[in-house]
Amino acid sequence: MAPPGVASALARLRRGSRDRRSLAGALAFALLAAAPLLTAWLDQPFYLDLATRILILATAAASLNLILGYGGMISFGHSAYLGIGAYAVGIPAYYGEYSAWLQLPLALGASALFAFVTGLVSLRTRGVYFIMITLAFAQMVYFAFVSIEEYGGDDGLVIDLRSETGGLVDLESNPQLYYVSLAVLALVTYVVRRIVRSRFGLVVRGSRDNDARMQSLGYNTFRYRLACYVLAGTIAGFAGFLLGNFTSFISPEMMDWTRSGELIFMVVLGGAGSALGPLFGAAAFILLEEFLSGFSIYWPLAFGLILILVVLFYRGGLDGLLDRGARTTRSTGSSNPSSREPERCSTDPAS
Amino acid sequence: MDATLVLTQLLNGLQLGVLLFLLAAGLTLVFGIMDCVNLAHGSLYMAGAFVCATVTLATGSFLLGILAALPAAFAIGVVVEVLVIRHLYQRDHLDQVLATFGLILVFDTLVHLIWGPEGLSFPLPPILNGQVTLPGGVVFPIYRLLIIAAGLSVALAMWVVIARTRTGMLVRAGASNPRLVNALGVNIQALFTLVFGTGAALAGLAGLLIAPITEASIGMGNEILIVAFVVIIIGGIGSVRGAFVAALIVGLIDTLGRSFLDGAMKLVLSNQAAETAAPAVSAMLIYILMAAILYFRPQGLFPPRVR
Repeated sequence: MAPPGVASALARLRRGSRDRRSLAGALAFALLAAAPLLTAWLDQPFYLDLATRILILATAAASLNLILGYGGMISFGHSAYLGIGAYAVGIPAYYGEYSAWLQLPLALGASALFAFVTGLVSLRTRGVYFIMITLAFAQMVYFAFVSIEEYGGDDGLVIDLRSETGGLVDLESNPQLYYVSLAVLALVTYVVRRIVRSRFGLVVRGSRDNDARMQSLGYNTFRYRLACYVLAGTIAGFAGFLLGNFTSFISPEMMDWTRSGELIFMVVLGGAGSALGPLFGAAAFILLEEFLSGFSIYWPLAFGLILILVVLFYRGGLDGLLDRGARTTRSTGSSNPSSREPERCSTDPAS
Repeated sequence: MDATLVLTQLLNGLQLGVLLFLLAAGLTLVFGIMDCVNLAHGSLYMAGAFVCATVTLATGSFLLGILAALPAAFAIGVVVEVLVIRHLYQRDHLDQVLATFGLILVFDTLVHLIWGPEGLSFPLPPILNGQVTLPGGVVFPIYRLLIIAAGLSVALAMWVVIARTRTGMLVRAGASNPRLVNALGVNIQALFTLVFGTGAALAGLAGLLIAPITEASIGMGNEILIVAFVVIIIGGIGSVRGAFVAALIVGLIDTLGRSFLDGAMKLVLSNQAAETAAPAVSAMLIYILMAAILYFRPQGLFPPRVR
């Protein structure tokens, strides 16, 4: 046991980091709530588009964070759900069905079903197998949509009208779509936080850190992980529904595997396993992309180098900056995913 | 559906399988020995194609192109290993995925910078451009036969090196216990670099072999890389033998599925339904195969022995 003085100092530090974090969160959301007014005042609708894109991708990143950051499941196929959600808007619209009350359940249901079926197979594996299998399943959806000529194949599908909500909100209005996206992100952030702190979340996190131990404690960790995986897929499907409405155009390119890589980068950039990390990560990613692409068409070069340097030299993500002071008190280090998977699988190439 | 068509498609599938093996062999070695996921493996495939295309166009000799591209791919692999990959061996897979993803962006943009946005195509030398009539009346391009022969000889050579030579013995020892091999006085770091460079050269070989048929283009390695991943998952990550068997299975199933599935589906479905569904299903076939195999054998067909 630490002496009482040290313990209270540690508690103060911990509280300090939490205060700073809630303050940053409140500030971020206040700023986001004011954004449409600001962009209207500046007469810069482009920035509203940018902000909407950040919110939608932050929602997708938040769902990935749930399985990657908290569950230790490095899914490299998360963009598939964005695509499934978006096609759940586009395909009904292609047949003249614009009701959100059909499209949204379709987006959520199809994403949940895809997550359930692929989860049954992929969650039986660990580590690098899991990464590659999720990647392959996403690629399967990608190729399936590429080869369906009816829905545009490679060229994609134009969505002529956004979803109709029966008078609740008008998604054709960009500020209203923005506020819907913001509300969804806030809801998802809250739900993820509640889940992570619940008994369910503890089991999933426990399984990340030591699966054998959780199993010997009597938990069927596979079911918990599968439920978490399906939930994350469903949330990402919701983000896809918004994305389809936002872009009004969908193509398989949306679920290209590099998109999944970008989502992972957002999560890691923001700090894997932190509630606000996905928002910070998505914002940093999209703003950086926007900033760099303003200079030269060769911007991915700088982007790739930054990515490599971030991995090699900087750990913990942007959200980690908020609790630098309290770092030593966090023994489980949720912002440090590297403590996982210590076992090294030795293999024989000749076998 | 006549017999010569089936035979032709079997050969096409074999050719795809052999190419996949060249890519997958490097991937599976790098993973099995260094425990490292390398997404940028497809970039080395692209590099091989571009260097070969450039040299062939400049000199007019495909042979010189090959002779230039293989060492170039090896050298690029060594440089990448020393600068980036080496620092990732002790990291977790997430870091490896992110950093090598960054490498893809760097490579794709560098190629764009050097060769421009257009692809680079070059003709085959006339001697390779013809067709031969095989026993059984199958007419098949010489060059595709050459690809199959090259791939099979590389597979054989790899087996000889890994199973029969001192270097191969060190590679096998390094895979099962790198620390011990290091303690015994073997420079394990140099061995890792050599293995990575060899994998890069094999990927470059696959790229330069396909370049005359398709063309060298930006991002050409990114799609086939995922198929190579499927191959090494099915084969069992770390197993060269598994990669070989799985590459042939995947190559054959993909090719045969694309050519014969709609005919097969028309037997049970209406013509129109079959024509809509068949392309989608055949595109998904190898992934469904992977899922089915993994459901029963989560470690793949030839799981590496874990000590």
